Amino acid sequence: MSIMGTRVLRTEDPRLLTGGGVYVDDLRLPELEQAVFATFVRSPVAHALITGIDASAALEQPGVVTVLTAADQPAGDGSPFAEPLLAADRVRYVGEPVALVLTEDRYQGEDAAELVMVEYEPLAPVTGVDAALTDEVLLFPASESNTVQTGEAGNSDDASFAGCDVVLERTTVNQRLAPVPLEGRAAAASLEDGRLTFWCSTQNAQLARGAIAGTLGLDPAAVRVIAPDVGGGFGAKVAVDRDCLCIAFAARHAGRAVRWAETRSENLVGMTHGRAQRQTYKIGGTRDGRILAYHLDVVQDCGGYPRIAVLLASLTQLMAPGVYDIPNAGAAFRAVVTNTTPVGAYRGAGRPEATAAIERAVSEFAAEIGMDPAEVRRRNLVTPDKFPFTTPTGATYDTGEYVAALDKVLAAADYAGLRAEQARRRERGDPVQLGVGLSCYVEVTAIDGADGETGRLVVHEDGSATVYTGSSAHGQGHHTAWAMLVQDELGIPMDRVTVIHGDTDAIPDAIGTFGSRSLQLGGSAVYQAAAEVRDKARRLAAGMIEASEADLELDPERGTWQVRGDPATGLSWAEIAQHAGPDGLSADVRFTASAPTFPFGTHLAVVEVDVETGKATLVRHVTVDDAGKIVNPVLAEGQRHGGIAQGAAQALFEEVRYDADGNPLTSTLADYAAITATELPSFELVASETPTTINPLGVKGIGEAGTIGSTPAVQNAVIDAVSHLGVRHIEMPASPERVWAAISEARAGR
Amino acid sequence: MIPAPFTYQRAGSADEALSLAAAAGEDAKFLAGGHSLLPLMKLRFAVPEVLIDIGRLRELSYIRDEGDHIAVGALTRHHDLEHSGLLTRELPLLALAAGRVGDPQVRHRGTIGGSLAHGDPASDLPAVALALDATLVARGPSGSRQIPAGEFFLGLFETALEPGELLTEIRIPKPPVPGWSFQKFTKRAIDWAIVGVAVQGQRVALVNMASAPMRAAAVEEALAGGAGPEEAAAHAAEGTNPVSDINAGAAYREHLARVLVARALTESAART
Amino acid sequence: MRVNGTEVAAEVEDRLLLAHFVREVAGLTATNIGCDTTSCGACTVLLDGESVKSCTVLAAQADGCEVTTCEGLAGPDGQMHPVQQAFHTEHGLQCGFCTPGMVMAAVSLLAENPDPSEQEVRAALEGNLCRCTGYHNIVRAVLAAARAGVREGGAR
Repeated sequence: MSIMGTRVLRTEDPRLLTGGGVYVDDLRLPELEQAVFATFVRSPVAHALITGIDASAALEQPGVVTVLTAADQPAGDGSPFAEPLLAADRVRYVGEPVALVLTEDRYQGEDAAELVMVEYEPLAPVTGVDAALTDEVLLFPASESNTVQTGEAGNSDDASFAGCDVVLERTTVNQRLAPVPLEGRAAAASLEDGRLTFWCSTQNAQLARGAIAGTLGLDPAAVRVIAPDVGGGFGAKVAVDRDCLCIAFAARHAGRAVRWAETRSENLVGMTHGRAQRQTYKIGGTRDGRILAYHLDVVQDCGGYPRIAVLLASLTQLMAPGVYDIPNAGAAFRAVVTNTTPVGAYRGAGRPEATAAIERAVSEFAAEIGMDPAEVRRRNLVTPDKFPFTTPTGATYDTGEYVAALDKVLAAADYAGLRAEQARRRERGDPVQLGVGLSCYVEVTAIDGADGETGRLVVHEDGSATVYTGSSAHGQGHHTAWAMLVQDELGIPMDRVTVIHGDTDAIPDAIGTFGSRSLQLGGSAVYQAAAEVRDKARRLAAGMIEASEADLELDPERGTWQVRGDPATGLSWAEIAQHAGPDGLSADVRFTASAPTFPFGTHLAVVEVDVETGKATLVRHVTVDDAGKIVNPVLAEGQRHGGIAQGAAQALFEEVRYDADGNPLTSTLADYAAITATELPSFELVASETPTTINPLGVKGIGEAGTIGSTPAVQNAVIDAVSHLGVRHIEMPASPERVWAAISEARAGR
Repeated sequence: MIPAPFTYQRAGSADEALSLAAAAGEDAKFLAGGHSLLPLMKLRFAVPEVLIDIGRLRELSYIRDEGDHIAVGALTRHHDLEHSGLLTRELPLLALAAGRVGDPQVRHRGTIGGSLAHGDPASDLPAVALALDATLVARGPSGSRQIPAGEFFLGLFETALEPGELLTEIRIPKPPVPGWSFQKFTKRAIDWAIVGVAVQGQRVALVNMASAPMRAAAVEEALAGGAGPEEAAAHAAEGTNPVSDINAGAAYREHLARVLVARALTESAART
Repeated sequence: MRVNGTEVAAEVEDRLLLAHFVREVAGLTATNIGCDTTSCGACTVLLDGESVKSCTVLAAQADGCEVTTCEGLAGPDGQMHPVQQAFHTEHGLQCGFCTPGMVMAAVSLLAENPDPSEQEVRAALEGNLCRCTGYHNIVRAVLAAARAGVREGGAR
């Protein structure tokens, strides 16, 4: 019986549970025994010229080895929006690193950093995209504008809306979020005999190596990057950022090993933020529920430096039309810099923003025409016969069963029963009202499939196997899944399969994990490598048994090769590996995909709103998240749960806020309302598998789907709970005060 | 993340705590459970030079029935208040409110004395002390004194305690009227109260509606005049001065005060 | 103090946090530090059998006490504690960073309330943040451990 699709517990767990994972700050290696501790001096102002740095008082503190500033670091590339390692002549966000203090002991760092005197000449802060768009104050004087890039796609123009019975337009904010992985950023560097070893809490050791080598002017072969256990990434630990690069150059500059682990307060201003789009959607259709036109205009806040925010906005643009078959759909974006923390990928990275906009728009359209929001969706979903479906914005969806996903969720939630309960409470004027919110979504995974992923499989002479994967799990359970693949393909039991990742010496060439790419690319690479190993083994076995290859079969249950029907001829993997010659029994594969894949689903959120206080509580959340074939339901469900929680958090609780001067107001976990167990129910997951043909496993990515689907469902549910009071819209997060204000305004408007 | 350097001293008795405090002067703070003080020190918002650890003074951790009142030692932990059978019977308002402070880990360390002495208007127990008409017993270099709760909380992080004075006991009269209620409104369960209401009989106290916990005098006046819960609660925001911050605006807080007082009075009446 | 039953003695800075004592002096790194405002609970250990956030306790305050960390839960033969086993069978961990603190909070809960409802479990974990799991399987794990009859706190 195949292990594929069965519930397999994680091989990663025992070590993590009994001894704890080994994250960067846990490393106790000989190379780091004499490491100095790094503490950053960060800008307390959002926008200023640096007119002087005086580290003399700090240098006199006990245990201070040195204080690095921009004067010590390698030169930058001089491009208009270039981002230095340590700020040189100006700072562009609160939290920007300005100096780096190295101390012998950990506790000495903050003491010394407090004494580094930096003189700032404040500049007018640009907070908010409106201010940025005026270009009155330029963050980068060498550029001509705060607008870094613009884009547009699709076929929606003013004429598209002309023939619509109903046209709605709304400006809304997909608010700035903090990723908050439980482990912040951390790195350690040791330079010995001309070779730099760099440990980093990263999702991409190989990409990190390239960045370090490039920044420091080193031959990549002289750099080894190791990702130990990583305590969550969510897209915010892709490769290395400037703070981590500072640690690398500090090791070279100081001639000592250096280690760093940021505090949470640093993390909330220093790690990239997510989302941060100002959106204007326009939706037009007929009174009987047909959507004819949709346009989404996005202003992407990049923060103080553009990094990858342009990519995020372009993904929003690509996915703007969502699951709907809209004749005229389009989007446009402008990406602007502001004096805030740089914006980067955060679980969904551009796609939650697209989904949130259109799902809000569709629900608002449904309310406007007085039609049930499920029915409006049903009437406009791309139907199964249309796949592969190319949208006006240029995405080609591979496979989908959007109507079936909607129906499954409605049935599992007892939609009619919920609406009946809602009606009863409305009639009674209950102080606690019920809201039902829907979201139908499609998302793009492995958009960089052409870059592929590597996988090397070695069968050893004792019959065990090692997988060297280019993927880089930080909680997703790849070691379990890849071992399952090997067992299924080769019959080598999982407990004899070792999986290695995240070490550039062992795996020099790889992309790593982000964008929900790893199973379809990294898993397919393992699958393909296993297939190649199987072919090699067949050839070897044929020679050893003196039979023809065609007569040989692999018994996957026993893991032996034999002449068909003659078990006495059986050869073990160990025996074959021993005869494999000097190159051993192995295969080294880069699997590339011809196209991305498009998982999809439906989320239904049930919310109770206390109409007196405005407090909304999520009481049920029912989903289909269809990511093609499921290799291990345990892992898939875990990804869905985590995604749903983060998505609900955006709808109800979380928001990074700045004051008018660019000072962060949510820079500790006491102020940033990361969601906890008490605010969430248990989730109701419905199974659905619509395979893709893009890769041999038939799988799509699931890591971000839950987040993408859940946010608009929860937001729609809150609004739905009080729509009978006249509320049409509530911004995220739908805090109690916002809900109360919406109710009050609606009542006053009557 | 790391407190500024300080000197740690441990007191073996209340007397020793007082003499250590007298010797250290203004730069010393008492350390009980540490869950009000240490978080401030880790962010370097507080930088005392000397910490006098009184956490081992078991003799200051007790809950005793003294006939007409309950005596609670200042170093009694929230966890012990929450699970006290005596309090659940005689002062359920205190037991319940203590069980809502922070999270289980915080309640294993934090003490009632530490919470009251900290003087944070967003804390729950100061308002509870007002609603319960508590008397706070403090010992200082010049002896012991009793401070009514109504005179104890002076402002933001400001109490009537003199430097070097140690809170030793909280005396709470057994309530003449059994009705009580505690309403704590938060966004997440773990959050500080955006607004809170503590009711014992006809005494109504508010959490986070001013720079110190306060009695809702206008509500109490209305109740004394025979008003029902809804009518009395309409006065809940009178005399208050709530802040507008990232958690809520002042107008919303005033609205919440009215809603929560109404609910508290209704619940209290049902228990009478 | 005794950490997982072993006496650990050292001269330390007055301001040394218990979390760093456990990690650096006792050399037990399963206990993690995830924040600086006593919010996340990753540093949760048992102090004399009760859960505390070790980042908000001075090592000096724990002088002479019994500290139990996640590493101290396993049996003498390395067999997982029932709560650890339940986290495994219910897939209650992903990246693992919050897990030791979460496990210790769960052990403490079950010592005080051996048969909690789902709501009680969620309330008991309000001081422990997880970003990966959405808490769904963590709650299942604690309920499963309760059903398996975990009654004492600390090491078995």
